[in-house]
Amino acid sequence: MQNISMNTASVDPAAATTQPVLQVQGLSIRLPQGGDRELAVSNVSFDLQPGKTLCVVGESGSGKSMIANAVMGLLPRPHVEPVAGKIQFGGQDLLQLSEEQLRALRGQRIGMIFQEPMTALNPVMRIGDQLAEVFDAHLSLRSAEKRKRIIAALTDVGLPEPELIINSYPFRLSGGQRQRVMIACALLLEPQLLIADEPTTALDVTTQAQILQLIRELQQRKGTAVLFITHDFGVVSEIADHVVVMQMGQCVEEGPASEVLIHPQHAYTRKLLAAIPSGEVRAAKDDADSPFVLQVQALDKVYNTGGGLFSKGRRVHAANQINFDVRRGETLGIVGESGSGKSTVGKCLVGLQGFDGGRILFNGKALDPGSNFQAVAKSRIQMVFQDPYASLNPRHRIGAAIASGPIAQGVSPAKAKARALELLKLVGLKEEAYDRFPHEFSGGQRQRIGIARALALEPELLVADEPVSALDVSVQAQVLKLFEQVRDELGLSMVFITHDLRVAGELCDHIAVMQRGQIVEYGTSSQVLQSPQHEYTRRLIDAIPKLVTQSPTGGFLEPAV
Amino acid sequence: MKNAFWRRFCRNKGAVAGLIVLVVVALVALIAPFFLEYSPWDMVDAPFLPPLSEDGRWLGTDTMGRDIWVGLVNGARVSLLIGLVSTVVSLLIGVSLGAVAGYFGGWMDAVLMRFTELFQSVPSFALAIVLVAIFEPSVTSIVTAIAVVSWPPVARLVRGEFLSLRQRDFVSAALLAGQSTPRVILTQILPNAVSPIVVMASLMVASAILLESSLSFLGLGDPNQMSWGYMVGTARTVMRQAWWMAVFPGLSIVLTVLALNLVGEGLNDGLNARADGKR
Repeated sequence: MQNISMNTASVDPAAATTQPVLQVQGLSIRLPQGGDRELAVSNVSFDLQPGKTLCVVGESGSGKSMIANAVMGLLPRPHVEPVAGKIQFGGQDLLQLSEEQLRALRGQRIGMIFQEPMTALNPVMRIGDQLAEVFDAHLSLRSAEKRKRIIAALTDVGLPEPELIINSYPFRLSGGQRQRVMIACALLLEPQLLIADEPTTALDVTTQAQILQLIRELQQRKGTAVLFITHDFGVVSEIADHVVVMQMGQCVEEGPASEVLIHPQHAYTRKLLAAIPSGEVRAAKDDADSPFVLQVQALDKVYNTGGGLFSKGRRVHAANQINFDVRRGETLGIVGESGSGKSTVGKCLVGLQGFDGGRILFNGKALDPGSNFQAVAKSRIQMVFQDPYASLNPRHRIGAAIASGPIAQGVSPAKAKARALELLKLVGLKEEAYDRFPHEFSGGQRQRIGIARALALEPELLVADEPVSALDVSVQAQVLKLFEQVRDELGLSMVFITHDLRVAGELCDHIAVMQRGQIVEYGTSSQVLQSPQHEYTRRLIDAIPKLVTQSPTGGFLEPAV
Repeated sequence: MKNAFWRRFCRNKGAVAGLIVLVVVALVALIAPFFLEYSPWDMVDAPFLPPLSEDGRWLGTDTMGRDIWVGLVNGARVSLLIGLVSTVVSLLIGVSLGAVAGYFGGWMDAVLMRFTELFQSVPSFALAIVLVAIFEPSVTSIVTAIAVVSWPPVARLVRGEFLSLRQRDFVSAALLAGQSTPRVILTQILPNAVSPIVVMASLMVASAILLESSLSFLGLGDPNQMSWGYMVGTARTVMRQAWWMAVFPGLSIVLTVLALNLVGEGLNDGLNARADGKR
């Protein structure tokens, strides 16, 4: 402890401009046997200067989080073991420190923010007590002083009424607010280094924009160096000074953000950049005379939660007077943040959820909630689900999963099998996938299987609920292309539910923007995206992290908010 | 799939030992009765013969001169039979009630779970005694009594599994494909809930054997079947003069129940694919 603080004193003040805060040199981390490769991270080097932000970008499995965990000393040793290289921080190699020495550093000189704000806070501890733990671990302060500094920290991260929040439990706070608390917690002792592991991935796009801005502000004010792990190049272009691109544990490209984003050298970087939804707007189809496949009129759905025999529960209006229609071959995008009711509408459309009022007309016939829904829809309305890992039964072979629908509808097994094989080919999988189990496939492949399963019933309407949001960006682009392809080949109508306006703009003819159970804006994609009328739509559009390309002046870190 | 299961199961040394003990007990119960020339109730020799004191009576005789080894062999058959059958019966009750409650939820769930709690609120051993006493001790009434008192935990477990599996997207997909409700329950959800049920079943066989022994010990066993509990029960008055009468059947109970518990733990490891990364 003593030792460390003396070290800081000697490194910090004078040499601050030239001496990197963190130097990673030739770091290699070994995976346990039976992993998909030998080294999770192989020979990665980079320097992080004080007051700067370094982004480590890569897709899932690229080893980017391993680097963050290695710096924090959080690797599950000895299963995952750093085998080569150094991590220099404040004049010492972090890999050589004992657990006790690391503990002295964590919190005090290195802070960390995690991905999932919902689980990062202890649900049964008041916010103030959780923050006070950081003080207790490193300093001894009187409780009045502690309280003062905690309130100051909460104010710093822009939380409203810190005096109240200090005494509340985490469940009272939204995801964005919790992430702010986490940031306050990480920055409480003014560490020199802040490690942020995908801190905005679990957040809505407007919240993400606020959190990014907050990190940037605090960093400028306090001169903290930030090691930022992300998969999103939009976020990179918002926040990074320096970028390290990771692929399969290798660092494939490294350089100043402006260089890497505008003149990417490596093919993989170019591929990742190209896969980002460009925000191009699809021209609406002009076929006012094709028949309506789906008409939704004044749809209402109210959830009553909680409430027992004697107490009244909470009422949530998840869908409030929803109106829209979809013609044959058309795609409607329903866009909104979490909790806007967009998934509820999707479930009502396919009959997985009853509704309280209004009508859903399918080919002109009314679908009543409840038992006769399937009888009228005759499985002509199908759904593609969000989570490719939960949407396939782990105990069923792929072929059985695809063919069981048609068989349940009375198609002969031989015919259903032939159709399933055909569909596997259509969605870009090999025929041998038929006899395999879901766990042998990656997320993107599973989503293809999910699409094949939906198509097996020859639907007229496909409802896709966030089908790409759990996928890596390059896989996401491929799956979106597949959606486009099957829609055009089979003349499908689609309702595409997403939180990402860029995705909706590329794929959909019309867009409905939902907020708190209501459609606040509804029109063709170009109308909604290019001349948004409602204030909320404008906010959503502004919050999209913009990829800065070809900016000659280098006016690069312009905040988008 | 199968090989991975065996690999994980065999990594648990206790489970392998338990499995061996169980196989031996089962073989003895199945084969030995064919080689015995008299019934366990026959008084074949002088009473109170200690073990190894005479040829062919290597576990000695009891207070009435009956051969303890023959009794043990018969007891193994009775214990295993009652353990297995009562477990199957209580699984049938528990799984179907739990599945219906978990799948449909709402008032159906409320009614079935209150019904389950009704059984859980009565001490199970007391209820078993009452049931056997009312229906006169016989293998059938004992199996019924054990099944009736041991299904509630199964129902609760299955309900919990169904409640969470019901929410999975693959169930929604099956519903959208127009599959019927029984089909969804049997082919989509149940196979995914099978591992905890199998583990629980192995432990239930053990507790059923214990229950049966306790009932026989109290004199509520089937009067026509020699069982381990009955042997311990009759030996307890002469415990100080003739230790062997209680120790051998007692040891049999301990070994069998322990083996079943070990196998249950092994099954848990084997069926839990996530355990692969650890150890």
